[in-house]
This record gives sequence, C-alpha cells and structure tokens, in this order.
Amino acid sequence: MEYFVQQLINGLTLGSIYGLIAIGYTMVYGIIGMINFAHGDIFMIAAFIALATFLVLTTVLGITFLPLVLMLALIVSMFFTSAWGWTVERLAYRPLRGSFRLAPLITAIGMSIVLQNFVQVTQGARVKPLPPQIQGGLELMSGSTDAGTINAQLSYMQMIIIATTFVLMIAFSLLISKTPLGRAQRACEQDRKMASLLGVNVDRTISLTFIMGAALASVAGLMFMLLYGVIDFYIGFLAGVKAFTAAVLGGIGSLPGAMLGGLLIGLIEVFWSAYFTVEYKDVAAFAILAIVLIFMPSGLLGKPEIEKV
Amino acid sequence: MAGAGQVSTGTTPNSPKSGAIPESRMARALREASIAGALAGVLGFFFLALRTDIVTGGLEVTTRWGLWLAAIGIVFAGRLALNLFYFGRDWGGGKATKSAARAVLPSGKLVGRAALAFALVLPFFFMAFFPNKDRQYIDLSILIMTYVMLGWGLNIVVGLAGLLDLGYVAFYAVGAYSFGLSAQYLGFGFWMALPMAGLLAATWGLILGFPVLRLRGDYLAIVTLAFGEMIRIVLINWNDFTGGPNGISGIPKPTFFGLEIGRGEGSFGDVFGLPYDPIHRFVFLYYIILALALLTNFVTMRLRRLPIGRAWEALREDEIACRSLGINTRNTKLSAFSIGAMFAGFAGSFFATRQGFISPESFTFLESAIILAIVVLGGLGSQIGIVIASVVMIGGIEMLRNLDFLKHIFGPSFEPSEYRMLIFGLAMVVIMVWKPRGLVSTREPSATLKEKKLIGADQVAQGEGH
Repeated sequence: MEYFVQQLINGLTLGSIYGLIAIGYTMVYGIIGMINFAHGDIFMIAAFIALATFLVLTTVLGITFLPLVLMLALIVSMFFTSAWGWTVERLAYRPLRGSFRLAPLITAIGMSIVLQNFVQVTQGARVKPLPPQIQGGLELMSGSTDAGTINAQLSYMQMIIIATTFVLMIAFSLLISKTPLGRAQRACEQDRKMASLLGVNVDRTISLTFIMGAALASVAGLMFMLLYGVIDFYIGFLAGVKAFTAAVLGGIGSLPGAMLGGLLIGLIEVFWSAYFTVEYKDVAAFAILAIVLIFMPSGLLGKPEIEKV
Repeated sequence: MAGAGQVSTGTTPNSPKSGAIPESRMARALREASIAGALAGVLGFFFLALRTDIVTGGLEVTTRWGLWLAAIGIVFAGRLALNLFYFGRDWGGGKATKSAARAVLPSGKLVGRAALAFALVLPFFFMAFFPNKDRQYIDLSILIMTYVMLGWGLNIVVGLAGLLDLGYVAFYAVGAYSFGLSAQYLGFGFWMALPMAGLLAATWGLILGFPVLRLRGDYLAIVTLAFGEMIRIVLINWNDFTGGPNGISGIPKPTFFGLEIGRGEGSFGDVFGLPYDPIHRFVFLYYIILALALLTNFVTMRLRRLPIGRAWEALREDEIACRSLGINTRNTKLSAFSIGAMFAGFAGSFFATRQGFISPESFTFLESAIILAIVVLGGLGSQIGIVIASVVMIGGIEMLRNLDFLKHIFGPSFEPSEYRMLIFGLAMVVIMVWKPRGLVSTREPSATLKEKKLIGADQVAQGEGH
C-alpha cells in the first residue's frame, strides 16, 4: 500500500510536468492545427535558461535565499523562453500560414533539430548535473513488509510541482474562459477568417498562444531541472514526444484533456516501471495511446470531428 | 541566431504611426535591423554569452561576451542587408511576390532521363575523373541512393495516398534486422534475405496500419511515430535476440551470383580475370541500390496507372468522395501502407549488408524526419524532386564533414562537423519557407483527358489523411 501511494505521488509529479508541456502542444494545435514539434525543445531551452540563471544568481551574485532565487529563475526563464517561442513562430511558422499542411510540420522538425544542435554546440553535449536544492518532505505513511520498511513520502519538491501545476491550470482556464485574449483565442480556434473579419488580430493572438505555451513549458523546464537534477540538450525530444502523446491521448485541442492525458501518461509510466519493467515504460505509454485511439479516435476528451463535405 | 535575420518576411504594412510621411527606406531598415539584433541578443544571452560547464565541485558559469556581441552584429548586418537588397523589391506595397509559381528545374522526362543516364555511369565517372576520391564519392552516392529509395517508398504513403507517416524508419529497421537476424541465426545470404525483408516489412505495415486506419491525419502521425519508437525500444531491450544496444555485426556482404566480391580463389575478380581492387565492392553495392531504387520508382509509376494507384490519389484528394464512389478506403490505405513499408524493408536489408553492422541507434526518429523532409522538400508526389532533395540534403550534410579548412580561421579547437545538423535543420526551415510546395513545384497528373501536361503543385491536395 505504501509502495502504491509512493508511486501514485511520483506518477502525479511526472504527469504534472508532462501536462504543462502538453498544454503548449494542444493550444497550438487547437489554434492553427499544426504539430509544433519544436515545443519539446523549447522546454529544453527553458531548462537550460533556468539552470544558467540559477547558477548566476547563486554563484555570481551570491543570493542564498532559495525561494527568491527560484522565483527569479522562474521569471527570467519564462521571459527568455517566451522570446524563443515567439521567434520560432515568427521565423518558421508565420511565413507558412495558409500554406499546405505539411510545410509547417517540416519547418517544426527543422526547428527542433536547430534548437537541439544550437544548444549542443553552444553549451556542450555533456549532461549538466545540479545537486538537489529542495530536500526533505512529509512522511505520509510507513509500513513494514518482508523486504523492510517502506515509507510513502511526499517530498517538498513534489508538493511544489503539483501545487504549481494546479494553480497554473486554474489560472490558465480562467485566462481562456474569462479574458478578452482567451476569447480571441477561442474565436481563432473556431474560425480564423471569421475572427479576423470581426476584428481579432489573428497573428497577434497566435503569437501570444506560442508565448503562453513557451511560458508554461518554461515552468515545466525549471521543475524538471529541480526534480531530476540532470539536463542535457536531448531531454526535449523524449519529453516532447511524451507530452504530445499526452495531448493526443486527452484529445488534442482540449486543455483539460491535455492535463488529464499528461497525468495518465505519467501514472502509466511510473506504475509500469514500478510493477513491471522499467525498460518498456515508453512502450506501455505508447501502447495505451494506440489502444485508446482505436476505440476513441479523437482522444479521451476531444470533440469528435465532424466531416464537412 | 543567424536565422533571426528574416524576422518579418512579407507582412510589413506601412508603419501606422508615421501617417502621411513615409519612413525612408534606410531608416526603416535600420530600425528593423536593430530589433532583430536586440532579439538575437535576448535569445543568445543564455546560450552564447553564458556557458555552464562541469567543474570539480559542481557547475560553473563562464562568459563569452565577444561571441555574443559578434552574433548580435551578424544578425543586425544580415537583417539590414536583407531589408535593403532582398525585401526591397516589394517595398511599401506590402503585397507578396507571386513569382515563385514556376519550378526551379523542369521536371519533365528529359531531366529524368539525363539523371538516369548519369546514375548508370556514375561509378565510372568518378573513377575516371576523381581517381583519388572515387571510393569516398561512390560511397556517398550509395548513401544518397538509399535515401532516394526510402524517399520514393515513403512517397507512396505520404505523396500518393496522403497518409502522414512519422514512423517510416520502423519498417527500415524491420528490413535491416530481418536480414541481420536471419544471417546470424539461419545463415541467410543477402539475396535470400532481401525478399523476406520486404515481405516482413510489408506484413508489419499491415499489422501497424490496421489499428490506425480510423485515425485522422495528425492522430495517425503520432501513432506511427509511437510505433517507430516502440520498435526501436524493443530492439534495444530484447538483448537475447537482437543484441540490444550493441546491435548485430558481421552481416555478410552480397554476392554476385554466388561469387564473392573480394580477394582470393573463386571471387568475382578471379573468375572474370580482373585484378583485385577494393573499389569493386563499392561499385557493386552502388548498382544493387540503384537497381532497387529504380525498381521502387518503376513499381510506383506503374501502380499509379493501375486502379489501386488511382484509388490512392483519389483518397488523397477527397476521402468522402472516394467512399461515395465505392472505393474500399480501408484496403486502399492498407495497401499503400504495406507497399511503402515493403520498399523500406528492401532498403533496410541493403543498409544492413552495406554497413555489415546494425544497431538500434541507426533507426531513430531523426531518420524518419530526414526521410519525410526529403519527400516534402522535394515536392510531395514528385519522383525527380525526391532525387534532388536527397542530393541536396544528404550530399549537403556529408559535404559539411569536409570543412576542416575552417579550423585555420577559427583555431584548432573549432569542430566544423558539430555544426552539420545545425545547418541541416536551418536548411530544412529555409527551403520550406522559400518553397512551401517543395523544390519541384509542378506535378504530372496521372489521369488526363486529352493531352498530358504539367500542373502546378497547388492544384494537388496534400492529403489530410482522414
């Protein structure tokens, strides 16, 4: 039981990170109908920016108060990552707006290759380890089995991740449902041409969507860095594929779906590693995706596509 | 970043604030260049100006202000030059130039025949004109031809049937491993394994294609990507059977009707009275892959004229109309999927025999992405376009390996080959933005009423895959 609870907590933590990245995919897909393959690499960029900021703040400027450092790192990383997200959209996707469907997909893959290799070239290919910064946690339950005592612990890091994700999700839902920007986004999602006729600045809305996606990815990047303590230029690919899988599983285009999908993928991975084999956790996640899509072709919470003739 | 030089392509309305007074060209160029430079400064700050390195006791940040300032300068200058000399053509009007409708190269029969003729004599051409580098060039040609074949195979799925497949490399892997494993466990030779590899890959195409047929385009894309990754993960982890991450080595080379291409008694050179030369093996491999690629092309071209090929293209254009006309869309999709997979299987077993060694590392998503990029960059559905794109992209990255002279400029620690994939990615973006319909922007319709003529690529649907 303790083991199960511990895995549940781990799964929720991992799932929160996936969910935050998945929102970026799902929003972009909802609004312009393209798979933003570079989004996973934006997440990786964010993790590098957060790491560099963290190091500058602690070693160069000598700030030791950890909450302040993390807060500043988050803000800086959000700002700079948003700039990256905006630039990628401006350079690689906007010139192809209204072009045929596969063109932005190819530029997205190209951008993903560019970002990965840019970071590899400028920051080196070796992994960057960071010692754990937030230690300790709450012991929820403890029990003894044949193998010894097993504790179920909710670490402060996990608490921060789950709480931040929760708060961000609520803020984000409100942003989409209540603000003029959210209204513009939903309008663009339904019909871009009509939205522009009604005075919505479509290009600006799309840019803001990319910026918002990048900002959420930067939160995920910072948390990933703190949780795992190891980053390299390649983390974006796998995290991106998982998050995209999560977005599709939840029903692409649907925000709660992305979060639900992220949590599910995180839980599947963690439980599969815990109870079966760690090597095949990705296979398990992908297999669940395939099975779900066979029976629910538009994902768990996605709206079924109406074919227009 | 160098690419930031073209921040506002096309969409530059007259500056709204200045009202009646039009901004001078120079002032505007300067303003936009400053913005681009500032953006480059922001983007590059954490990557160019700062660098984190592992030192004893943790991580350390070092600064490289010179590099950062140089990058800002380059972006500023690049943007300024673009504004003054390139975007200058449609200044003020704000309307996009529509001159890109014509093809870069004529895609007619003539070019195809010329390319074919050149491909047939290519090894002898290199041997005659580049006697010192012939082996390297023929090897590169083999590599390019492999990608041409893969591109033609994927073209059946993406270009003709309009199904977006991001896991094509899975079938390539199936082909390679079916030869590698059958050579290891059953002692099969290349020619025995070749048809088997194709068949197995086609079967896998059927197996993987079956569950995903109901899915729409992008769902199909992610599921095929997932399948590609799954096959790779299984290959890595099934240590006892596939050799895991170490792969399979010692895969036999192909024989010429039972004669080995090599040294010694009973070899090809011995029987035909040719002196031994290691180049023979390269030439032989080249002709095998050329024959396989031409087979792919031939089959594709013939299939396009058969009902099945017509059904693929109809499916790409409009699936609902297709179903209304009584075409069995399930079988149509499955056939496209498995025939495309079959050619990947052939190419895979050729890859295994060429390398003599295979490991899961050769079958990553990047490989799928490169093949798809070749198909799209060349112009979906255009056979000659794929050849051009393969030569440009694959030949391009291989050429980037030979940039050692740059070491004299940037110092000995400068490693040009590190920049290969960076440049490759940039080229993908730039070509696509420049020519969204691919390098060859005309298509040859497969069904015509009176006369055969080329049509613009815009008139061909790219398939939503639903």
